[in-house]
Amino acid sequence: MTTTDPVVSVRDLRKSYGSFTALHGVDFDIHRGETFALLGPNGAGKSTTIEILEGYRDRSGGEARVLGVDPQHGRLDWKAKLGIVLQSSGESGNVTVREQLRHFASFYPDPRDVEETIAAVGLEAKAGTLIRKLSGGQRRRVDVALGVIGRPELLFLDEPTTGFDPEARHQFWDLIRSLKAEGTTILLTTHYLDEAAQLGDRAGVIAGGRLVAIGAIDELGGAEARVPIVRWRDADGRHEERTTTPGAVVARLGEPEALEVIRPSLEDVYLGLVSAEGVSTSSTREGGSTRLNGETRLDGAEVSA
Amino acid sequence: MRTLTLGARRTSYEVKTYFRQGDSVFFTFLFPLVMLTIFSVAFSESSFGIDDDGNDVSAATFYLPAMLAAGLLLSGLQNMAIDIAMEKSDGTLKRFGGTPLPVVSYFIGKIGQVLVTGILQAALLIAVAGIVFRVPLPTEPERWATFAWVFLLGVITSAVLGIGLSGLPRSGKSATAVIIPITLVLQFISGVYLPFSNLPEWLQNVANMFPLKWMAQGMRNVFLPDSFEVMEINESWNLAGIVIALAAWLVVGLVLARLTFRWIRKDG
Repeated sequence: MTTTDPVVSVRDLRKSYGSFTALHGVDFDIHRGETFALLGPNGAGKSTTIEILEGYRDRSGGEARVLGVDPQHGRLDWKAKLGIVLQSSGESGNVTVREQLRHFASFYPDPRDVEETIAAVGLEAKAGTLIRKLSGGQRRRVDVALGVIGRPELLFLDEPTTGFDPEARHQFWDLIRSLKAEGTTILLTTHYLDEAAQLGDRAGVIAGGRLVAIGAIDELGGAEARVPIVRWRDADGRHEERTTTPGAVVARLGEPEALEVIRPSLEDVYLGLVSAEGVSTSSTREGGSTRLNGETRLDGAEVSA
Repeated sequence: MRTLTLGARRTSYEVKTYFRQGDSVFFTFLFPLVMLTIFSVAFSESSFGIDDDGNDVSAATFYLPAMLAAGLLLSGLQNMAIDIAMEKSDGTLKRFGGTPLPVVSYFIGKIGQVLVTGILQAALLIAVAGIVFRVPLPTEPERWATFAWVFLLGVITSAVLGIGLSGLPRSGKSATAVIIPITLVLQFISGVYLPFSNLPEWLQNVANMFPLKWMAQGMRNVFLPDSFEVMEINESWNLAGIVIALAAWLVVGLVLARLTFRWIRKDG
């Protein structure tokens, strides 16, 4: 593959477990150096998608290419280019942080420096501590360190900061930004929309096994979903107006009570997308496709609905 | 080459973590020594036969080969099957599956760990038996040569069978409950706790089909006086039979391991 080929390419990806269909045909590309966030409620198909791309699950239909290789047939040299941070792990942890990182580093052809990696995840003070004696957040940082020790071209992060306190989450974001700066391509799934907004270049929203929206983080859901809302109160009660010219509306109103201008956050946009999918499958199927096409024009990504 | 180097690295990692795990050290590493001590003390007044020079054979002498054989089964099959089942359910194997670690290196590490801990276990058993319980140890090199091949073939067969059986428990939690009864029954019918010659013939024939009986027989050949040979089936140590039985089980184990081992359970 060349440097301009997408690092991840998914076309009509399908997955069924018996009679249950987890993925109904998902399409997206992730380009080199990009951080792509996969968003969606629990059970929407995020983890199924990421595990198919990691080679852990076989797909039922469609196409998937990861670093130019079909992940179902990925060999060791392919795995050497990936970094995988799984959702959770309960390993016995009878080794120290340093021992574990040294050991995993030996699996890879061109690993990162162990001490530097320990420092990057902020565990210098715990380097000689047995992993089982670490807190949940600290263990998660070991997971991340193990995911990046092989200097991956593509890093999978499956809900990496679940259970982190706010400070740890901010430190983690700094770590991911430094990996981005080195050119690492990242596929991130998360429940936290602020995390997607902080780290992601683009995002896809999966609901009910379908990709209902895809695009640059600040354009997700289309322009209409981001039209600001002006709220105020007067003698007649509360009022709300969606407008692309909130300044003009406010100027017209003068000095009403409880004046607010609200720009829908990623969270508002996301909840709008996901609830639309949840309400009625038949109508949102249409709606989803429309939004998807709208997004295609917005960010120029190759998406077929 | 890389597979072997990584296998060596895995071995030292496995040995290190093995000894940091208190329960495995007790239940597999020290267990045969504890049992040898109990039998030696409990039956210290009994005679288990007369040796070639007309002296009584002590309980310690009688049970040393049995405990060496039990050690092979515990360090190999039991420890390995439970350990891998646990690693499967706690996510260790899933993590390895996402790295460029070759499966063969992982196996080399496991077998290497069994080999290292098995050698230490056997050395400890023989040393305690010789020094504390005054068990007369063989001086002929041929006997030690027999010991070496029975040990090696036994420990590798046990380890490979352990890998093959690791897919049997449905979860890490049930691993102990599934595997220990198998090894416990084998120990009782294969002449580890009960003298093999006292068992009814049909039970001896059942035990004949499993590898532990053959390991115990090989160890008896090394450590018991020649006069005990008449108590074996067909009054023979049947060393060729030991090679054939263990080699056959080794092949069974390799096939099982090859067919059943996966880093993770892939669903349809």
